[in-house]
Order: sequence, then C-alpha cells, then structure tokens
Amino acid sequence: MGALALKAEGLVKWFGEGDARTFAVRDVTFEAYFGEMLYIEGPSGSGKTTLLSMISGILRPNSGRVSVASRDIWSMSSDELADFRLHTVGFVFQDYHLFPRLTTVENVALPLVLKKVEWDRAMDTAMGYLEIVGLKGRAHLPPVKLSGGEQQRVAIARAIASGPDMLIFDEPTASLDGDTGRKIVEFVKRDILTEKRCIIVVTHDSRIFEYADRIMKMADGKITGLEKGGAHEE
Amino acid sequence: MKGILRIAYKLLVNDKGKFAALLVGITFAVFLITMMTSMFAGILKRSSSTVINIGASVWVMDPAVNTVASSIPMPDYVLDAVRSIDGVSFAVPLFSSGALAKLHNGTYQAVTILGLDDTSLFGRPELLEGKIEDIYAENGFLVGKDSEYEKLGSPRLGADFEINDHRAVIVGIAKVTSGGLFGIPTLYTTYNRAIQYLPTSRYTISYVLVEPKSPGAIPHIKEEVARLGYQALAKDEFIDKISRFYKFQTGLGINVMLMTVISFVVGLSISGQTFYTFILENLEKFGALKAIGAKGRELVYMILFQAGFAALIGYGIGIGLAAVVIAAAKLRLASYAAQITYYNLVFAFVMVIVIAGISSYIGVRKVIRIEPFDIFRG
Repeated sequence: MGALALKAEGLVKWFGEGDARTFAVRDVTFEAYFGEMLYIEGPSGSGKTTLLSMISGILRPNSGRVSVASRDIWSMSSDELADFRLHTVGFVFQDYHLFPRLTTVENVALPLVLKKVEWDRAMDTAMGYLEIVGLKGRAHLPPVKLSGGEQQRVAIARAIASGPDMLIFDEPTASLDGDTGRKIVEFVKRDILTEKRCIIVVTHDSRIFEYADRIMKMADGKITGLEKGGAHEE
Repeated sequence: MKGILRIAYKLLVNDKGKFAALLVGITFAVFLITMMTSMFAGILKRSSSTVINIGASVWVMDPAVNTVASSIPMPDYVLDAVRSIDGVSFAVPLFSSGALAKLHNGTYQAVTILGLDDTSLFGRPELLEGKIEDIYAENGFLVGKDSEYEKLGSPRLGADFEINDHRAVIVGIAKVTSGGLFGIPTLYTTYNRAIQYLPTSRYTISYVLVEPKSPGAIPHIKEEVARLGYQALAKDEFIDKISRFYKFQTGLGINVMLMTVISFVVGLSISGQTFYTFILENLEKFGALKAIGAKGRELVYMILFQAGFAALIGYGIGIGLAAVVIAAAKLRLASYAAQITYYNLVFAFVMVIVIAGISSYIGVRKVIRIEPFDIFRG
C-alpha cells in the first residue's frame, strides 16, 4: 500500500427525523491508500452507497469528517466541493449515466469540458482514454449502440479523464454478466489502478473479490470486518 | 463556458423529437402572435390612410373627431383664423365625405370623396395616369388605385359615373400610399366641386390642413387653435388618436389582445410542457453532471442556453412563416391588411423570451434541487 489517500473518521448519517429516523451509517472510520483497490462489501441496505457518497463529497454526513490531502472535504464550500469531485474523484455509476444524445467520445470528454479544457483538445484527450479502454473505434457512436460491457468501459474512461486520485465504482458488475464483469474489473486492476491512484469499489458480487487488495465488510451501517482481498492472497 | 454550452446545445438538438416539439410550440406561438399583431397594425394603419395619403403636417379639427371619416364640419372663419396664426406657412381646407357612385351597370358603390383646396390642390396624390390640371376640367375626378379600385369597375381615363345625379369623369389615376380600412374606393376632386356635388350641412370644412413655417411653431399653433375651441394635431398625433379610438373604443383592441394572449398561452403550454419533459428525462443526467463536478450555476447556464436557443430558432421560423403567409395572402388578396412592423417583431420577441424564461424557470428549479446522491438512489 502507498500513502494515505483518504481518511474517514466517525462518519454518521441518518435519514428522517424523530421516530422515522433511520441510521444508514453509524460511526464508520477507515482509511484508503494510494495504489490499492478497496472493496466495500455488504448486503443491500447496509449503508455502502451512503458511505461512498459521503467520502466522495456528494452527501454531507451528520457527523464525522473525511480528510483528503489533510483537508476535511466537508469544510469546503459547495463550489470547492464541486471542484473536489471534478479534480480528485472519478465516478463509475452503477447505471453508467452516459448521455445518450452525445457520442461516446463526447461523454468521455465531459469532465474535461467541465474543467474548461478547450473543445478540440478535450476531444483529443478523450480519444486517448477511449484508446486505453479499447474503444477508440467506437468513439463517434452514441452509447446506446454499445454493449453493456462497452458502456462500462466508456464510464471508466470518463471517470479517469479528469486524472482523479480516487476512483469510485458503484456496483460495477451489477448490470453485466459474470464473465464481462470479471473482465472489466480485471482491466481496471491491471490498467487503471496506479500507485498514485486509489480505487474504492462498492459491491456485493463475490465473484470479483479476488481482485481486491482489502475488503471492508458492512452491515447495518457499521463496519463489521476488514479483510485482505484475493489480490493480496496471491 | 463555451464547452458546457456546446454540450447543452448537443443535448438539446440531438434529442430531435423534443427539439422539434419545442420548436413547433414556440414557432406556433410566434406565428400566431405575429399574425394577430400584424393584422392589428395593418388595420390601424389603414384606419389612418387618409391622414397618411394627404400628408399634411398639422390637422385642425373639431375636438370630438375620432376618425378621419367621422369629421365634424367647421365654419369658414376657422380657416381664416388659422391662416392668421403666427408660424403658419399656409392653411387650406379639406372636404371629406362619403357618397354613392352610380355605375354604368346601374349598381351603386360607396366611395370616399376628398375635396382638395382649389388653389393649391394641397394633399393631391401622385398620378399614375393623367394630368393633375385636368382635375379643373368639367366633372373632373381622380381615382385612387388601391385595393378597392376594382369596385368602380377599374375605370380608365375618361370613364364616367354618377355621383348624386352629377356626372363624374375620371381624369387621373392616382397612386395610393395606404389603402383604406372600410373597403371603399377613394375619389379626389376640388373642394368646391365636392361641396357642389354632395349635400352638406351649414358648414363645409372637414379639416383645415396646415403647414407650419417650422416644426417648432407647431406647439404655438396648437395653443392658438385650442383658443378657438378646436384641436390641432400633428400628423402622427392624429394617427395616434385614430389608433387609440380603434384600440380602446371599438372592441377591436381587446379582441386582438385576447387572441394574442391565447396564442401566447398555447405556445407557452406546448413549449413549457415539452421543455419540462426534456428536463425531467435528463434530470438524472444533470444529477450525474453535478456528481462529476458541474456547479449548479453551470447547469443553470445550460438550461437557459437551451431554452434561449430554442426560443430564438422558433422566433426566427415563426417570424419567417408569418412573413411568407402575409406576403402570399397579399398576392392573392389586395385588401389584406396585415403588416409586420418593428413593434410586432419586438412584441413577439419579448413574448418568446417570456415563454423561454418561464419554461427554463421550471427546469432550473428541478435541476437546482436534484442532489447528486439521488442518482445513486435511482
């Protein structure tokens, strides 16, 4: 494991008030490091996605702090948080959330456009990332013309296009068949994970556990265990 | 910012169905609004056609006059008194009245007769055929070649008909700047012949036409005329007065306004609904953009740009369509009154901006409220 990439301390999140209050995350503390692939695993409703949202600057915790590069991200203004998400975090959503009205390369270029990179340069750079994920030939097709696995790879290309330190995968294999899912995660582990990047994967798909460096188990909003993943056993 | 607007443009335009529906809504609204207001502008212009065609700088009249056709005769001393006002270069009488012309086939046709000052023929129209001095010939009349010209059987030089048992001979065919509102042909003759041919009350002067020595003299002339118990109005003021009468005292204005409001509401409903659906369908994507790092104001700019772009394109198509329809209608119907003015264009533009504003407001509210976390929840 490399240097500390992220530190979450005492994170608590509840929804609703009074009798309707439900705790999604209860006092969670953990660390993630550069160069590792950290899985957050647990059954549906265990608080994985809520935790993921809090550490990526999307959902404000009720208490606790998330430190990235020694700065508590939840002390940032909304504009700073947006910049944090844009520059530091790359998301691969479960449903990919690709824009069907844009071409594949334009989808990949979105973070670059948001970073105000000049259009033609953004397209060239995005084309480079499409090459990394092996989809350069599909660059000018709309995402709907691509298979599920290809769309997943486009989402990965988009996530890494802004050069983030941290990549967040939400159930990356949920919409894929077992073989494709394994290939995608294998590709991420081999080609996307670097020593200067930390990848956090929320999943309950045990078929891909072998690629994890560590697996953090969650249940009822709490961390119930931290194990070394399959990658370490090798 | 250019990049994000380009993305907004592509998201809008590449959704061909929604974009087309949006354009149809806005185009339809602009088309209807422009047609209604152009019709109204054309009608108002035609209601002042005599004022425009005669072209005098100042018109003296009874204060109760609302339209050119409803003139109230004034005694002769008014003409003399006006001529003696400082700043008046010259003043001449104008006779205006309706009459019935009996054509050769035995039918009667209503006409407007304008009697021009015998000496100066001030307010005479430009002739297309004939010589102006022939108006002094026996029974001489000029006929305006407007959209109503055919109603007199498209008379040539020398053609004749009867007016109030008097013979009238066409000695000139005149160019008309603006056609009349009521579908009645216009004849010009001399003032004295007009009052000789037509029955009049004790007083015969319909209007006193005044040319001031300078535009600066007009306020003084107006004051002095007011002292006489009459009203002097500059040409544009008289046109405004006539317009106000038709707008506010005939029901025409309120009817056109209602139709315009309906057009606006129809356009707003179609565009607003379509744009709202467009935003709803893309709401998750806007949430994803927020999660990726787009700031709220960037999303607002995107929506405003999309609404504004659709509005401008729809505005252009709507105005173009209205112009084509009006031009085509004028080719087939000479008396078709509609005309597009700068005011129509500005009015339709303001309306379309309001439509875009309201449509985008609904979308902006939705997008501002979407939390990136919502897209994880599905």
